[in-house]
Parts: sequence; C-alpha cells; structure tokens
Amino acid sequence: MNQVFCRTPFLKQLVGLAGLALSGFVLSHMLGNLYLFKSPEAYNLYGHKLMSLPGFIIIEWGLFAVFLLHIFLTIYLVIQNKKARPKGYAVSPKKKAKASLASKSMQYQGVLILFFLIWHLITLRYGSYNTVMIDGKEVRDLFGLILPIFKNPILMSFYVISILLLGTHLSHGFSSSFQSLGFYHEKYTPLIKKLGVVYAWVVTLGFLSQPLYIYFFYKA
Amino acid sequence: MNLKLKVWKQEGPDTKGYFKNLEAKEVSPDMSFLEMLDVVNQDLIKKGDEPIAFDHDCREGICGSCSMVVNGDPHGPEKAVTVCQLHMRKFKDGDSLVIEPWRAKAFPIVKDLITDRSAFDRIIQAGGYISVNTGNAPEANSIPVPKVKADAAFQDATCIGCGACVAACKNASAMLFTAAKISHLEALPQGKVESQTRVLNMIGQMDKEKFGACTNTGACSAVCPKEISLKTIAKANSLFRKAAIQKS
Ligand code: FES
Repeated sequence: MNQVFCRTPFLKQLVGLAGLALSGFVLSHMLGNLYLFKSPEAYNLYGHKLMSLPGFIIIEWGLFAVFLLHIFLTIYLVIQNKKARPKGYAVSPKKKAKASLASKSMQYQGVLILFFLIWHLITLRYGSYNTVMIDGKEVRDLFGLILPIFKNPILMSFYVISILLLGTHLSHGFSSSFQSLGFYHEKYTPLIKKLGVVYAWVVTLGFLSQPLYIYFFYKA
Repeated sequence: MNLKLKVWKQEGPDTKGYFKNLEAKEVSPDMSFLEMLDVVNQDLIKKGDEPIAFDHDCREGICGSCSMVVNGDPHGPEKAVTVCQLHMRKFKDGDSLVIEPWRAKAFPIVKDLITDRSAFDRIIQAGGYISVNTGNAPEANSIPVPKVKADAAFQDATCIGCGACVAACKNASAMLFTAAKISHLEALPQGKVESQTRVLNMIGQMDKEKFGACTNTGACSAVCPKEISLKTIAKANSLFRKAAIQKS
C-alpha cells in the first residue's frame, strides 16, 4: 500500500470516521432500547424485527469490521504515541497546559468499554436463547434475558458505570472526529463541540434509563 | 523574593539526569525568568559549580530558542508568553519551581534544559518553503492577496518553532507546528502551487522524526506563546487527505 496512507493523520481520520459510524450505531441502539418503556412485548418484538431484517447479518459483520478498525488503528497509534515520549514530566501541568480529562484518557476509556462490549455480546447478543410467543409468533425473550441482569445490583452497577464511560468517550470523540477529518469552521466548530456533548448526554441518559428503571421501579 | 528551584541536570543525551535543588535569592519581580536563572548561574559559577545550561537568544519572544517547562507548563504559567518574556512578578516569594526540559523522543536532551530541536528544521526542509527564482523583488501588487487570507497567513506565520506544542502534548505530537507552517503557505497564492507535495512531505517527515499522533486534546494551542489555533490542524488534516488521495 502507498506509504501516505500509513501516515498518522490519515490513520487518525480512519479512526474518526469509524468512530462516527459507531456513534450512529450507538444512537440507534439506544433509541431501540427505549421500546422497553412501551412494554416487554414491544421490546421483544422490536428485537425480533431487527434481527429478521434481510441484510441483518451483513450489517452486523460490517459493524464488527468497523469496531476492529477503530480499535486496532488506535492501539497502533497509542503505541507510537507512548514511544514519542519515553520519559515523562515530574510535574503535571498546573495552569495552562491542561486538557480535559475526557480527551486525555480516551484510550483507557476505550479499553474499559471494550470489556463491557465483550461482556455484553456474551451475555446478551449471544446469551441464552429463550423464546416467548407474541401474537402467535415465536420471538426471542430479550426482556426475560435482561431482567435478572438489571435486577442484580452488581451487574446493574457495572452496566451503569460502563455507560458513563461510553458517554465520556463520545463527548470528546464526536467532535474530535470532525477535527481529525479536517472540518473546521469558525461558526460550526463550536456548535459541533456542543452538539457532541448534547449527543453524549442523550445517549448516556437513554441507555441509563432502562437499568435504573428496572432496578428501582419495575415490579414483575 | 526568594524561590526554591528544582532544576533538571543532565550531562548529555545518553546519561541519566536528575533534579538539582537550588535557591534563587533576592529575585527582583522585574526580572525575566531567564534573568533569574542568570543570577542563579552567576552564583553557581562563583562557587565553582557548573551553571545550568539553557537555550536563549533574542529574549524578546521572537526566536523560539528559549524552552523550558516550569511546574508542568511549557514556557511557565502565563498564557501567550515565551519563558524569556515571563516576569518574576508572576510568582510569589517562597514559591517552589520545578524546571524541566521539553521531553520528547524527537527532541533529545543535549544538556540540562537544552534539547536538540533540529527535527523541526528537517520538517521545514521537507517542504516548508516556496520555490521561486531569485532576482529582483517582484512588484508588490502583481499578485493580489485578499486581506482575510493575508491575515490568516500572518497569524500562522507567527509560529516561532519553539516546540512548546510538542512539549505540552501528551503524545509529543508536532502537529500544531507542522500544520501552522502548512496552512501559512497554503493561504497565499505563492504557496498554493506546491501545496500538495508540501503537505505530503512535511507530514511524512513529521512521522519519520517519531513525533506522536494528534488526539485533539488542545493542550498544544493552550500553551502556544503565539496562540496558533487548532484550526490549522484541521486544515492540514483535510489538505493531507485530499493530497494523499489525488497524488496516489
Ligand atoms: S529567547 Fe527568543 S523567544 Fe525566548
């Protein structure tokens, strides 16, 4: 491959682009989860419809590829970045060199989110497959799957903490992607920054609403 | 006023460094930071000790030689100022100051606070110029430049190449410096001609020098004595992508 495509700014653009695609996925996932507030049946039916979409497998594998791209390019860049400063400073910046904690710890958030993602895939996506009958159709009982998880204080807290980390990751990642992709505008860049924060909050609160609701208010 | 200093001492690029405790006595608030170090050095010399080695030249904020991290901040605590222009009135009597060199793989330490920043020179050599035939100065109005463009180019041209951006960046990335040079020349008609080869070559050299990658934390621009904007980085990113795709 041509060398220019291995340069760090280009790799960063791929990371950013993949990140934006994943942001879209995360938003749609969050919106889908909200069916839970309609009824357990609506939740299960939504999951059933989604998984029976004609191109579902292709979309899922595509998403998986985007995840891998985002993760592996980042790992490569983080290694380069660590090598670029073999010896650190004795004192951390006091006054002006401060960057936001969210922006400085992106890679660590990423690792923790990856743990959550793997756990989520094992227990939910590829977890036990029980079915229920709804309107004469046999559908996967997703609600029955998440109920014990969200009722368990440890798992529920783990879920909540992971979502908070995801929100932090998105709050910097969203606007940072635009910067990496080379989009800068006097008027729109500050707006994108704000939009990124709003987006991160919406996703975070959306995802948090179900475990908190189930743990504290839901009575079977 | 009297200050306690902890200054980085290192014999050469490959030797181990350490912090030396020193005292700066009877410092006048009107002194610049470097003048304070001059006084400390005079004391050391009188005692037969070795003075602290540090870089400096113009002492008026335009050459970009002076380079030290004071309490974690490149060029010290004050915004938009080089350490040579930083005054001791910004500190209080009894303050403790930790003084370190720029720390980056691409800037090896020569001695104490002096680092070798020739990596920046090589980035410039890779494309930070315009190719013109020498001769008489051309007629000033033969190539009109819109005012906004001229101002933008000038803003980016104020970069003095001190390397504070690299020093502040958690990845020791040279993106702000490189991008400032790229977008400075890109803004002008004379520089536009070689824009694509310039951006490819300069960024290629930047990576070769083993600077880290930009992760948009914004620490570089926050410490830049010339307040170069992150806008330049976005500009360089988009120029780089376009050039990479078109040229290959
Ligand atoms: S000595 Fe020239 S900028 Fe500080």
